[in-house]
Amino acid sequence: MELNTFENLISKRDGDSPETPKTGTAGSKTPAPKALTKVETRNLDFYYGPLQALFGISMVMPEKSVTALIGPSGCGKSTYLRTLNRMNDIIEGTRITGDILVDNEDIYASQVDVVELRKKVGMVFQKSNPFPKSIYDNVAFGPRIGGIKGKSQLDEIVHRTLKQAAIWDEVKDRLNSSALALSGGQQQRLCIARTLATNPEVILMDEPASALDPASTSRIEDLIFELKKDYTIIIVTHNMQQAARVSDCTAFFFQGRLIEFGTTKSLFTTPREKQTEDYITGRFG
Amino acid sequence: MSDPYYQRLQRRHLTSKIFAGVCLISTWFGLVVLAVLMTGLVLKATGTWDPTSTGAAKATENWLTPTLLTHQISADPEKAGMIASIWGTTWLILMTAVMSVPMGVGAAIYLEEYARENILTRFIRLNISNLAGVPSIVFGILGLTAFVRMFGMFSEASAIGIPMGIGMLKVPLPFGKTLISGALTLSLLILPIVIIASQEALRSVPQSIRHAALAIGATKWQTIWYQVLPASLPGIMTGVILALSRAIGETAPIIVVGAVSFISFNPGYLESPTDLVSDPNVILQIPASPYTVMPLQIYNWVLNSPDPEFKNVASAAIVVLLTILLLMNGMAVYIRNHFSKRLNW
Repeated sequence: MELNTFENLISKRDGDSPETPKTGTAGSKTPAPKALTKVETRNLDFYYGPLQALFGISMVMPEKSVTALIGPSGCGKSTYLRTLNRMNDIIEGTRITGDILVDNEDIYASQVDVVELRKKVGMVFQKSNPFPKSIYDNVAFGPRIGGIKGKSQLDEIVHRTLKQAAIWDEVKDRLNSSALALSGGQQQRLCIARTLATNPEVILMDEPASALDPASTSRIEDLIFELKKDYTIIIVTHNMQQAARVSDCTAFFFQGRLIEFGTTKSLFTTPREKQTEDYITGRFG
Repeated sequence: MSDPYYQRLQRRHLTSKIFAGVCLISTWFGLVVLAVLMTGLVLKATGTWDPTSTGAAKATENWLTPTLLTHQISADPEKAGMIASIWGTTWLILMTAVMSVPMGVGAAIYLEEYARENILTRFIRLNISNLAGVPSIVFGILGLTAFVRMFGMFSEASAIGIPMGIGMLKVPLPFGKTLISGALTLSLLILPIVIIASQEALRSVPQSIRHAALAIGATKWQTIWYQVLPASLPGIMTGVILALSRAIGETAPIIVVGAVSFISFNPGYLESPTDLVSDPNVILQIPASPYTVMPLQIYNWVLNSPDPEFKNVASAAIVVLLTILLLMNGMAVYIRNHFSKRLNW
């Protein structure tokens, strides 16, 4: 039986083989991956109080790639995403079992500093949430709290990340005006720039384009495509076309379980599970 | 038009109009009463008209004069001023603000941002709401026991000196009938209001702002200090200024903790603000100074003065007090608008 391993995913990424990896529902064990694994979860269970939201999620996300998490509302994909930078810690009464490894280190280990983790694993939210401050201050906030004080250094970071987020040309003349005056799509790209400014290695995106018009959505998608050259991106999306367009691997979640995980191409063309097929063909969800 | 839907539609429109009318009347009722009160006071203070005049009083005299703002009290209503009480109120409110704002905002931050939701925090919240409704006289009695007399711990009056850089701050023990006792008492009185207003302001900051800051590696303190507090500042400021406005008008607890009824010098013998520049350590005399406040001065002029003319002086003093209150409230609105311009969620 072919396991849902990282090597499988990589080899299937170019889609030259019609074979698809087996699903990971049974919480398949991954042999210690070599160089390219960035994020990995093993047998991850998650509880909101007495309510279990995730059941034995085991997944491996390769470095410098885009992994899309799809599934109907309430399937646990956002919850899963938030466990990866421990944003669920904020919610009272949550509990987690299993392992989450970033660069092969358990991020829930007691010696891990969650502040440092979140600098390394950045996050872009569904609804753009710029600070009620200037565009410049929004981007510079992360570096500033990290201790960077020099004006020229901050200028450089702001310039570079706004360019990276493909919003520089639109805002370069009004860096000191309020970020709240930007359009929804611009705000979201500003939030991406703000995330990039702390030099993350992994970027989590929770439906980053769901509140945007098609033009802004397509800009965000182009941006994701650019960013994956340097960052590992994990994106939750409701939009199947979006998942198909931007991602290398896709995971299908249903009722808190990982139903199927494979390269995007194989999952969309030859899904192994009936539920996956039903979902991507729009029969439910 | 026999269709029951249309018959009911007429009734629905009528109900809607009646409701709007009732709301309009409610709004105007308060405004009209205030306008009548203000007009009466100003007319009486300026001597234009005296509804209670029996003919003996000089109803044509204007009492709203600069004398009122510059002179000390006097047995002669023509020479009587309220400068000591204006200074007393100013220092009292400043000291109250310095004590209550950090404590109130701190408590609100703890309750909103740090405290976990459990029976204890719910109990604390309930108690704070209850404290906001406790009659001010009760706070006065508390202040008398805890600050003025300090539970009788000191059998004879003593004092300690605290070095402050520019000189010694002499603090009497127990605090006695000084500005310190008054300010501490008023701080307790308005603390619940400051806490509740600050809690509301903090709660109005969208959760997404906190998440955004935490998600880029801010500590809890950095999230609160650089994002949440600035965003909630307009609300906190409004609450603080309204609370201080209430403190300005308080009379009962101030009488209990011993503001002096007849006093003819400013706190710390400070004659004008320029004294602070020429001799900054005068400010250290102020906390331990006896004092009086505007509402108490008004109370005395109305009830304890033999000359009926003082009732008119009191009217003029009320106009001064209300003007200062109005300025403070205006400031609250201005500050809120100024800050919230940049905060359109």
